[in-house]
Amino acid sequence: MRNYDVIVIGGGHNGLVCAAYLARAGRKVLVLERRERVGGAAVTEEVFPGFRFSVFSYVVSLLRPEIIRDLELPRHGLHILPLESTLTPLENNGYLAQWNDHDQNRRELARHSLRDAEAYDEFGLMLHQMARAVKPLLAMAPPDPTSLSLRELFGMKRLAEHFQGLGAKRFNTLTKLLTMSSADFLDEWFETEALKATKSASGIIGTLLGPRSPGTAYVLLHHYMGELDGVFRAWGFAKGGNGAVSAAIASAAQAAGAEIRCSAAVESVLISHGRAKGVVLEGGEEIRAKLVVSGADPRRTFLQLVGEKHLPEAFVESIRRFRFRGASAKVNLALGEAPDFTCLPGRGAHLRGAISISPSVAYLERAYDEAKYGEVSRRPYMDIVIPSMLDPSMAPPGKHVMSIFVQYAPYHVNGGWTDARREALGDTVVDTLSQYAPNLKPAILHRQVITPADIERIVGLTEGNIFQGELSLQQMFFLRPVPAWAKYRTPLAGLYQCGAGTHPGGGVMGASGRNAALQILGTA
Amino acid sequence: MRRLASASSLLKTTPFHERTAALCASHAWRRWAGYIVASSYELSHEREYHAIRGSAALFDVSPLYKYLVRGKDAARLLDHVVTRNIQELKIGQVAYTPWCDAAGKVLDDGTVARLDETTFRMTAAEPNLRWLHDNAVGLDVAIEDVSESIAALSLQGPASRAILGDPQLKYFRLTQGSIGGIPVTISRTGYTGDLGFEIWLVKDRALPVWDALIEAGTPHSIVPAGMLALDVARIEAGLMLIDVDYVPARKALIESQTSSPYELDLGWTVNLKKERFVGREALAAEASRGPQWQFVGIEIEWQSLERLYAEVGLATRLPATAWRTSVPIYAGNEQAGYATSGGWSPLLKKYIALAHLRSSWTAPGTKLEIEITVEHRRRRAAARVVKKPFFDPERKRA
Repeated sequence: MRNYDVIVIGGGHNGLVCAAYLARAGRKVLVLERRERVGGAAVTEEVFPGFRFSVFSYVVSLLRPEIIRDLELPRHGLHILPLESTLTPLENNGYLAQWNDHDQNRRELARHSLRDAEAYDEFGLMLHQMARAVKPLLAMAPPDPTSLSLRELFGMKRLAEHFQGLGAKRFNTLTKLLTMSSADFLDEWFETEALKATKSASGIIGTLLGPRSPGTAYVLLHHYMGELDGVFRAWGFAKGGNGAVSAAIASAAQAAGAEIRCSAAVESVLISHGRAKGVVLEGGEEIRAKLVVSGADPRRTFLQLVGEKHLPEAFVESIRRFRFRGASAKVNLALGEAPDFTCLPGRGAHLRGAISISPSVAYLERAYDEAKYGEVSRRPYMDIVIPSMLDPSMAPPGKHVMSIFVQYAPYHVNGGWTDARREALGDTVVDTLSQYAPNLKPAILHRQVITPADIERIVGLTEGNIFQGELSLQQMFFLRPVPAWAKYRTPLAGLYQCGAGTHPGGGVMGASGRNAALQILGTA
Repeated sequence: MRRLASASSLLKTTPFHERTAALCASHAWRRWAGYIVASSYELSHEREYHAIRGSAALFDVSPLYKYLVRGKDAARLLDHVVTRNIQELKIGQVAYTPWCDAAGKVLDDGTVARLDETTFRMTAAEPNLRWLHDNAVGLDVAIEDVSESIAALSLQGPASRAILGDPQLKYFRLTQGSIGGIPVTISRTGYTGDLGFEIWLVKDRALPVWDALIEAGTPHSIVPAGMLALDVARIEAGLMLIDVDYVPARKALIESQTSSPYELDLGWTVNLKKERFVGREALAAEASRGPQWQFVGIEIEWQSLERLYAEVGLATRLPATAWRTSVPIYAGNEQAGYATSGGWSPLLKKYIALAHLRSSWTAPGTKLEIEITVEHRRRRAAARVVKKPFFDPERKRA
């Protein structure tokens, strides 16, 4: 039997990133993945013959540039194809498009509002500055403001200096971003409903909150970070689907000497004398290592794999309170032809970008209202991409795959998720979208509907939350996942966390995996 | 095949496009505020440049942003926004002016023309509708964006007055007139530092006005001219260009990228006698302590240039068109500043540039060095500070 330095539980992208960094530092690493393939929620699967779906996560926007650089991901096959635009079809057959080209974008916005066309640049500059203000936090283990240790105080001092350097105006804007709802924040800038709705949508993705819920403005910023590193163009589709991201990271990890075992489900963490010693696989196999790093979410890690009895009571209580409440579903379609939107007919550039069903803030808030009371939105928010428009390897020639992110589909739906409810959700999505693209329904060759319950069952994300825990302010920074344990460590010696349930959180970002590895290596 | 989106729909064309496109033998177009305009019509911009200084050049300047500001408080609004005194502007008078943010940093520059007691037209390089609206709260004023509905031509050069039938119009004044029987507004303004006029009209009548000007201008050797020729002329005239010579405060990523009017040699436009206007406090403070930077003319010395090229066995090379990149300028071992645009003046036979220098290096005659790449190697050529404008003919104001 081999002796490992580190066992990483879960071959999701964060687990793989963590393993790659540790292996590069000379550690003997074993990654254990329950499923037959690595990737977690970043996988590509041929669900229907000839059609490859990014089954769960579907774009790359936040993957940290330093990870791309450090792990040489392009050399390991990562190729990100840029997403060019966002189209918002309107209910009156009109549309709003946002384009990459400055002149084209300004002209389109001016069609709706001259004021908004002008405000757009300033808004972009403000978000850029805010993202710059927050970004340093993403690459660091968050200092604990309640601790009096020298190290923490020094971290707080650095943070305070950083914020002071922003100046009063920027600091005030940042405070607004941290406290306001995305809709209220956008009201200060724009008047075009479809623009506000489409922008506010990034404040609610993955979260059981509406555009008028306080705190959502920050999530808007969180999603903007991906657009900051212009030169990296880390905003788009991975060629080959999001599974290609995981494959590139896995390849980098293996090249550095990490071992990856699939179909190896961890049943529990092996603990003796208050210390993690390894893991027990389903079937009873024991594997020992000096350290265990869990890429699973906090609830699964502590309440299932470790077990309450090994943990302090207060800690267990905090973990129980950590909120998941998955709110989103996914519908993947295999299409015989490209969708034809009534508002913008033909196969134009708009099909190469995102298509957002977010005609107004009221539409989104109404969709949320229903979810608040345990129902699936009758008219849901949708974020749609058609990767096969840019990447022919995803579908047979002339045919297409369409990825539809759907919100709200609450995990805690009244009466629970059943097969009938799943299909009803699929019908709602197709019916809603058909209003904008009437040729959709007859073009469907295969439909895959994934509810939050399915996400939990298949990839093990508790309550189907795509961020391993709600991305809301009370669960961010030094509070993620719980106060005093935000630095990838746990109350058990030898046990670390590296999933999106830790700072800075979700999105195919990899920051948690990297930060955890740097903590373990003592170089953070 | 299914229909693909038409490529021509992505950028706007001006109301004169039917004429300018037919003339554009070079196929060299440039973007300007979302429009395409000719860089040069002929294969080289040379003849177009010489027309500006020798006969008359006709430019399509329709992409300028234009606002009509009307109402009882129109003068108050503009007076509050820009740095110059607009209340005192006479009917038919035009003022060139920058405008600033609250920190006294320049947002944009353009002209304000008083059309009648309560009506003004403002031209700008950037969209400013929102800024005007935001400053008009509580005022009795209507602001209309007429950027698309008003077409504009610029007729510049010594023959321009004769082509227009000798209008009796003083420098920076405007008048109503007609060209080919079509009503137009003619202002004695321009961006060349020469005798010249700008012509404003509703876009529907653009083509007949163009045709009438070409017809009247042909005996005077009128030449349709593009942006490359204009760029040389405006540098000779010492006129700065937004996004090239300064970063408007709204686009600045860091504070040090912004500039005050004093730092852009526009101190003369700042009227601190006005009680209130945007940026006044900051500008008053700067006026009393003096600006840290100044915007000056630089002349690069021929002998020094010639020597650098001779060292590698080459004849002196000059830039074929005006350049617009940031080029370091040194005073000894210290970097004194940077040039932002420059080029060879075919008229003055001088290599000139516009530069931002720390105030201690801005006295005319100050000897400096400018970076220049000679045969792939970075060298320094001797240069000195000179007075702007480099070219200032009497006919401009006469």
